[in-house]
Amino acid sequence: MRFEAPTSPEDAASLLAATDNARVLAGGTDLLVRLRAGQVEPEMIVDIKRIAGIDAITSEDGGWRIGAGVSCAAMGEHDALGADYPGVVEGAELIGSTQVQGRCTMIGNLCNAGPAADSVPAMVAAGAIAHVVGPKGTREAPVFEIPVSPGKTSLAKGEFIASVYLPPRGARGGDAYLRFIPRTEMDIAAVGCAVNLSLADDGTVEKASVVLGAVGPKVIEAAEAAAALIGTTCDDTALAACAEAATAAATPIDDKRGTVEFRKDVTGVLARRAARIAYTRAKGETS
Amino acid sequence: MAKDEFQSRQFKVVGTRVPRPDGVDKVTGRARYGADITAPGMLTGLCLRSPHAHARIRSIDTSAAEAMKGVKAVVTRADFDVTPESSGNRDVLDNVMAGDKALYDGHTVAAVAATSRSVARAALKAIKVDYEVLPHVTDVDEAMKPDAPVLHEGRQQESVPEGYSQNVLARSQYGHGDVDKGFEEADIVIERHFTTAATHQGYIEPHACLATMGGDGKADLWCCTQGHYHVRDTCAELLGMDTGQLKVTSSEIGGGFGGKTTVFLEPVALMLSRKSGKPVKMTMSREEVLRASGPTASTSVSIKIGARKDGRITAGWGDFRYQNGAFEAMNGALGAMCGFAPYDLENVRTTGWEVVTNRPKAAAYRAPGAPMAAFAVESVVDELAGELGMDPIDFRLMNAADEGTKAAYGPTYPAIGLKSVLEAAKDHPHWNTPLEGENRGRGFAVGFWFNFGGNTSVSLMINGDGTVSLSEGNPDIGGSRASMSMMAAEELGIPYEHVRCVIADTASLGQNDITDGSRVTFAVGLATIKAARHAIDIMKARAARIWGIDEEAVEWVDGAAQPAGPNAGKFEPMTLKEIAALASKTGGPIAGHFEVNAEGAGVSFGAHIADTEVDPETGAVKVLRYTVFQDAGKAVHPDYVEGQMQGGAVQGIGWALNEEYIYGEDGILQNPGYLDYRIPVASDLPMIDTKILEIPNPGHPYGVRGVGETGIVPPLATLANAVSRAAGVRMTSLPMSPPKLLAAIKAAKG
Amino acid sequence: MSRIHVTTTINGDETEYLCEPQDTLLDVLRDELDLTGSKEGCASGDCGACSVMLDGRLVCSCLVLGAEAEGRAVETIEGMASGEELHPLQQAFIDKAALQCGICTPGILVAAKDLLERNPDPTEEEVRYWLAGNLCRCTGYDKIIRAVLDTAADMRGAA
Ligand SMILES: Cc1cc2nc3c(=O)[nH]c(=O)nc-3n(C[C@H](O)[C@H](O)[C@H](O)COP(=O)(O)OP(=O)(O)OC[C@H]3O[C@@H](n4cnc5c(N)ncnc54)[C@H](O)[C@@H]3O)c2cc1C
Ligand code: FES
Ligand code: FES
Repeated sequence: MRFEAPTSPEDAASLLAATDNARVLAGGTDLLVRLRAGQVEPEMIVDIKRIAGIDAITSEDGGWRIGAGVSCAAMGEHDALGADYPGVVEGAELIGSTQVQGRCTMIGNLCNAGPAADSVPAMVAAGAIAHVVGPKGTREAPVFEIPVSPGKTSLAKGEFIASVYLPPRGARGGDAYLRFIPRTEMDIAAVGCAVNLSLADDGTVEKASVVLGAVGPKVIEAAEAAAALIGTTCDDTALAACAEAATAAATPIDDKRGTVEFRKDVTGVLARRAARIAYTRAKGETS
Repeated sequence: MAKDEFQSRQFKVVGTRVPRPDGVDKVTGRARYGADITAPGMLTGLCLRSPHAHARIRSIDTSAAEAMKGVKAVVTRADFDVTPESSGNRDVLDNVMAGDKALYDGHTVAAVAATSRSVARAALKAIKVDYEVLPHVTDVDEAMKPDAPVLHEGRQQESVPEGYSQNVLARSQYGHGDVDKGFEEADIVIERHFTTAATHQGYIEPHACLATMGGDGKADLWCCTQGHYHVRDTCAELLGMDTGQLKVTSSEIGGGFGGKTTVFLEPVALMLSRKSGKPVKMTMSREEVLRASGPTASTSVSIKIGARKDGRITAGWGDFRYQNGAFEAMNGALGAMCGFAPYDLENVRTTGWEVVTNRPKAAAYRAPGAPMAAFAVESVVDELAGELGMDPIDFRLMNAADEGTKAAYGPTYPAIGLKSVLEAAKDHPHWNTPLEGENRGRGFAVGFWFNFGGNTSVSLMINGDGTVSLSEGNPDIGGSRASMSMMAAEELGIPYEHVRCVIADTASLGQNDITDGSRVTFAVGLATIKAARHAIDIMKARAARIWGIDEEAVEWVDGAAQPAGPNAGKFEPMTLKEIAALASKTGGPIAGHFEVNAEGAGVSFGAHIADTEVDPETGAVKVLRYTVFQDAGKAVHPDYVEGQMQGGAVQGIGWALNEEYIYGEDGILQNPGYLDYRIPVASDLPMIDTKILEIPNPGHPYGVRGVGETGIVPPLATLANAVSRAAGVRMTSLPMSPPKLLAAIKAAKG
Repeated sequence: MSRIHVTTTINGDETEYLCEPQDTLLDVLRDELDLTGSKEGCASGDCGACSVMLDGRLVCSCLVLGAEAEGRAVETIEGMASGEELHPLQQAFIDKAALQCGICTPGILVAAKDLLERNPDPTEEEVRYWLAGNLCRCTGYDKIIRAVLDTAADMRGAA
């Protein structure tokens, strides 16, 4: 095995392209666990953290660009980002412990392609776009399209994600992410749910997105759950309809982290609770 | 042994909160644990483990591994050409290195020693094992059925009636009176069935050892263990060597809770060292610890209790079916003994069943067998109190065992602390503050543990400058060096700081049983006090000699020899330091020692109160408040007694709520890591309040009882009672994980 | 397989070592540099016993490659006391019996020190969540949390 730490995105892409079995190393909080367990045996590890500017959070055209080397802890410490996208930051900050936070990245979470990845539902709900660098140049792709199935992404050989772009928040917008775990920390989500809302002048929901994690092979956009909120003030009836639609959209499996029935039930509960928080935030109230 | 008996006294050192002697080493990272040492030329040893729950091993081909560069030894069962005398040690051998069959997922089938970890890993892959996969069973009730896959033929004891699988190795029965008559006399009878999942001690330090065996057959072993003498005796037999040729040194130990009372890696490391001629270090990964060390039994328990309207229990009956993993153990018997131990019953009958399954052999875990039994009995007791409209503590007080009670498991109790514990709980602000708010519930339960004594050797040297070196042979698992130093200082009448206690290796002291059964503060404390008294006798003799008076005319007061009365003569007291300084002129070095197979360990009782809140939409449980009451006899170092109570309570909380061994249909452990084997984290918990009671143990000079284990007995039931109340549905299966609790809530709502 | 040469700073001292690409920082600290104060409880980021500071961030050294430390600054438990003088947290852990077996202690001390440097006045809940990645199986956390809160109060008083 080789270890490389290129300083430019181009070098990284050509290293990745030159080897059949190369792995990107960001925070390493997934990769090193797999390495130690013998689940992956790459020929080369490409540490992208020494690429210039990769650890930056920058405001761009009213939105936010988050580099692939930004630790989730750094996201949590960025007040302006947290003010625009509390739900995205919430998702990123829920990953692991303080120690894991200091290393893990949101983009690593995305590229690991775990169905339960905590930061992905809120990114998808926000309409985030990935900036992909590859041997043939760069391309932009919706975050939703990156994970394909457990452990698999749509990235081609040699490609990696250099940053993710969160579009402008706009007025009267708010998001939230909730997950269910058996303990208070250090667990992988049994269910995750992000809600992103924009309100019309009259305080009713104009645009909505409800995205589910851990209840399917990849994140699920629960369009009907979102539709149930449009035009409402997230009153109890609307929330109940949203919850029911979210439950219906979930396609979980039975495993060591929960049963199908449990996960479907809790999906609805979280959708309702997250929608309420997102709505409060969109109205500019604190929650 | 009249001298052993408890005598009331004013303590100067015992009962204070002094800093522990190993504190600085442990907060600076200097302390050396199992994996923290190296030896020149050391190899890394790794185990190859069965990927099957149950399989016949047709053959093992190690030739490719042996041929690899850097591989210095490969070991299989064929290398262990001994047949241990006892069936216990034959099982140990079968457990550390599989014989004809691999009996569980993770069972060691071969091992290698190589110049690096990566070479060792590659070598494991090169070993070819030809398995014939057999049907397996991991559930206790399934394993008892006559048509279950059988692990061992011909091991069933005569106590087992016909109609059961060969997996049922033994049955034991306890009790007295006539339970049928008792149930007839009852106004109300409740019968329930309970299950608990297997859990793991979860010590943070994985097993580790370093073995060095020379061509001359002499060997040294360094390891983290709760009992290095036991490790020595077992390894010597498994390696076919003389016990005296193996010296075992215990490292600092990073938690054990019963799980480090047996051997896993040690005999294998010794064999690899013997074969390679080099030191071999082995450490388990966390996955190996969970798959292949010694978790607890999982259980299936039926309980039936009857009571009269006035609150008197008329009969108790219990059937305790425990699976002990792949080899024989006696957790079922212990459960059957402990379940009803807190109660004064006229009619009681319990049966314990020992069942083998395709899981790793259960090791001890803090009061082994008792927490699951208490969960079942205390749940029914709680329900009965509710049905009778009685306060849970009053109901227990009315039926509580006391001095003179014939215990459900046989003996008659001497002075015990149960009623004091119950009364302390009843008077406590926690019990008397109403629990307000929706979806909340308070639970209460009691628990019992025997405590043990056992073989113990201590030696105590009086140094020339008046300081004291104390050697004991039980690994210090949570402050025992401090407690021993305190008892020595107390007895000798010198400052605590003048005593330094070390854990001796197996070549330096007589036999010491394992650090288990909450025996150390009791038994090693007893031996320390006796060794100190022995040294005092010598020092008195020296003073008598200096003064030219009779030994009997000298007494020991506040760290000094003095004439025993006006008739003895008029001499200034001689301090320990003064006597020590003259030792070489008065007969040579002064040292006391004491060896005993200690008896008289006092049983102990605890009671816990928990407040919980349930999220009825997700099944999540939050523990809001928790208080532990426990009889310590005498708390030598109250901080560490509280620590035992708090640690036990939190392990029990984990057991009750989220910890469980999850086996798939394939018999493979699904959650061999801390991510999914969910021990409580700091943010899951409130402070754990403690109340130590001191009802002296009549069998110890200072009244000490063991405190290490009782704390894990009540919490399973305490949480079950609290959560059942908060959720409005009786929970009879542990853990009460959110999916299970939510399903129960939904089912209750219909 | 060629080993990687790394130059880094450990507890203020420039340090060089050779490591294999797959060696973690924890492997290097323990096996190459004999800094065994950092413990391996899981090697998967779950227990926190291996906690160290890397360029001012609290991390699990089992989740960092040894090669990644090139040019960085690492602080371990061995650097916490200055000479004979213990850090107030170390002293408090001894005085308040915040350790039993002590295997979790180095990691918890490193983590708690970082917390108090960032937040000199944490609530009980903040301490509990900050330390959620540091498993302790012996103490039930009670005395650990109290020791951290008491030390924070003492240090604020002294400042
Ligand atoms: C103790 C612990 C707790 C955890 N808890 C959670 C949790 O609560 N929720 C959760 O969702 N996850 C959790 N995780 C998993 C993990 O921490 C997250 O998935 C994390 O976000 C991964 O980020 P990373 O930067 O560390 O990824 P890495 O390990 O560096 O990489 C992960 C994968 O993505 C690839 N990759 C990384 N960056 C890129 C890139 N820019 N372009 C292309 N491919 C890339 C890597 O090659 C690798 O395959 C936990 C892990 C641990 C050890
Ligand atoms: S060893 Fe690193 S977190 Fe457990
Ligand atoms: S003191 Fe033993 S794990 Fe914390």
